[in-house]
Amino acid sequence: MADKGEPAVTPESTDAAVSGVEIQLEGVTKRYPGSAEPAVNDVTMTIPAGQLVVLVGPSGCGKTTTMRMINRLIEPTSGRITIGGEDALELDDVRLRRKIGYAIQQAGLFPHFTVAQNIAVVPGLLGWNKKRIAERVDELMDLVGLDVAQFRDRYPRQLSGGQQQRVGVARALAADPPVLLMDEPFGAVDPITRGNLQDELLRLQADLGKTIVFVTHDFDEAVKLGDRIAVLGEASTIQQYDTPEAILANPANDMVAGFVGAGASLKQLTLLRVRDVDYPDLALTADAGESPSELRTRMARAGATYALLVDRRRRPQRWVHVRNLSSATSLANIGRSVGDTVSTQSTLQDALEAILAEGGRAVVTGTRGEYVGMIDIETVTGVLAQLREEHEAAGTDGAGDTGDGAGGRAAAGDGVGPAGGAGAAADPGAGAS
Amino acid sequence: MSDVELTAPTEEAGAKKADRVRLLAQPLAVLVIVGAVLTWALARENDEIEAQSIQAGVLLTKTWEHLLITAVVTAIVVGVAVPLGAMLTRRWARPVAPVFLGIANIGQAAPALGVLVLFFLWTGWEGLWAAALPIAFYSLLPVLRNTIVGIQSVDPALVDAARGIGMSPRSVLLRVEMPLALPMVLAGMRTSLVLAVGTATLAFFVNGGGLGELVDTGYKLNRPAVLVVGAVLAVGLALVVDWLGALAEQLLGPKGLG
Repeated sequence: MADKGEPAVTPESTDAAVSGVEIQLEGVTKRYPGSAEPAVNDVTMTIPAGQLVVLVGPSGCGKTTTMRMINRLIEPTSGRITIGGEDALELDDVRLRRKIGYAIQQAGLFPHFTVAQNIAVVPGLLGWNKKRIAERVDELMDLVGLDVAQFRDRYPRQLSGGQQQRVGVARALAADPPVLLMDEPFGAVDPITRGNLQDELLRLQADLGKTIVFVTHDFDEAVKLGDRIAVLGEASTIQQYDTPEAILANPANDMVAGFVGAGASLKQLTLLRVRDVDYPDLALTADAGESPSELRTRMARAGATYALLVDRRRRPQRWVHVRNLSSATSLANIGRSVGDTVSTQSTLQDALEAILAEGGRAVVTGTRGEYVGMIDIETVTGVLAQLREEHEAAGTDGAGDTGDGAGGRAAAGDGVGPAGGAGAAADPGAGAS
Repeated sequence: MSDVELTAPTEEAGAKKADRVRLLAQPLAVLVIVGAVLTWALARENDEIEAQSIQAGVLLTKTWEHLLITAVVTAIVVGVAVPLGAMLTRRWARPVAPVFLGIANIGQAAPALGVLVLFFLWTGWEGLWAAALPIAFYSLLPVLRNTIVGIQSVDPALVDAARGIGMSPRSVLLRVEMPLALPMVLAGMRTSLVLAVGTATLAFFVNGGGLGELVDTGYKLNRPAVLVVGAVLAVGLALVVDWLGALAEQLLGPKGLG
């Protein structure tokens, strides 16, 4: 074959966690002969190294065309594209594509190649030796969760849709390219498998730190996967390019708002974790060894009607109302047991579920299951209100511009104050008793 | 819908079973019929004229000549139609594809004998090549058409994936498009070969030899036995070639598709 002799791709970044490189599009336009309107009109955007950027928009908006111009499956009519500082339009297109991973809907596996042969295509084109290719194939199958012995020599027809998609991702990653283009890769699998594949992509990306351009028309998928989302309109014009939090909190215009659709606040809750918000430590705790009268005195002093009984490791056990104490001789068997709790790792959506089930507020536990605080509905609504305010204050200047997304989603919740009042938190079981 | 889904696999299985039976039965039938006719022809009282044709040496020579013409035709057809077909599916050649298909269509639509004789009148050649070239032209179409259709029916997403991961245009053709089009190409070749074996009986018109000579001799000299032997051998050969084609389709097709 004439395609040998290409040296292996070496990531240009020195940062261990980020093996991707920055992609820049400057005034990229695609005009097809014979049509008056350009398919893609003057797109300028920067895709930061090591980030997963989702291009999302309605069918026919040119998002796929935009993506395909990055690896020059479609040649731009005008504009400039650089990948890691290199001008993509200057390079030989075939060689360029070998340095860019490519995964498409329904995987696009070659049906007459086995799983191993499919994964080995790009390393083969790059002229790796057999041993290195075989090792890489095993490594990648392992990485995407396919048993090597079982699947190596199977043909794509003998795999489920989800398994095919895993092979597709493995093939895209085979030569360890710094950049990955994914065109609705999970569009053709069932919702449960899609969810699993999305989780795994996030897990892989956390380890690999590639620069990924991901095209989808599913906004929920974009919110789940994207470090940043570009919402595209007609002719791929950028309506808003920002973090999922910012887009959900403050859609730049009606088109984006329409695309975000109903339930933006609920979607936003999936992006935040309990550890990112300030939950107040307001429950009065007691262990079972304390005498009822002592506890009653303490509760009277604090003005609390409920106390949380914890075990020796401070794990929450039961709620005790002040009325129960007068007749009790020991704290051992009184009160009602604590229902749903949320951990600091939980999303705010899970927390909201627990709050609703528990009747107003839920116990937050730490990594070892110990009591660390309480979260209530006001905390949640307060976080949302504050986010909206922040993003409104920041304005919409993020659209069409790179902005500084470095803070990412974890930072979005920082500094959000407690919203629940102290008095309310002192009466934790009220709704249920 | 559910009816279709229920019956489709059994129909498919039935067709496969029929194929397998045919693969076994066809050569057996040829063996029995040709064997019976040859035994009859060699054992009967042949007069002098008949004996000149019905003897092992002559029959073998004529069969060999016939096979030779077929082999040359096949080589020409594969050598011309497959690359031409592949070329005509390239983007830059799409406008001219209908022209070539049209020419091949004319080749097949015209009577084989006419093509043969016209070629002879035009070139004045005689012998093997004078027969093989026009017969090849005559049987070009199935391979050409099937190569084009076979390549065109490869899932565009696969071609896109192949290009997208960095295969050169040549690799895309040789490693993805051609292997996946191979079943269609082989089916076309089988049709072409059977056409070629049949048409090769006309080669004697231009001194190309072959089993047609026996048929001609038997007819002109009024010796039905010679005619029958020539005809049966030609039919047997066609069936054997068809069988080989079927075998090739089974064995050479890309793995992982069935």
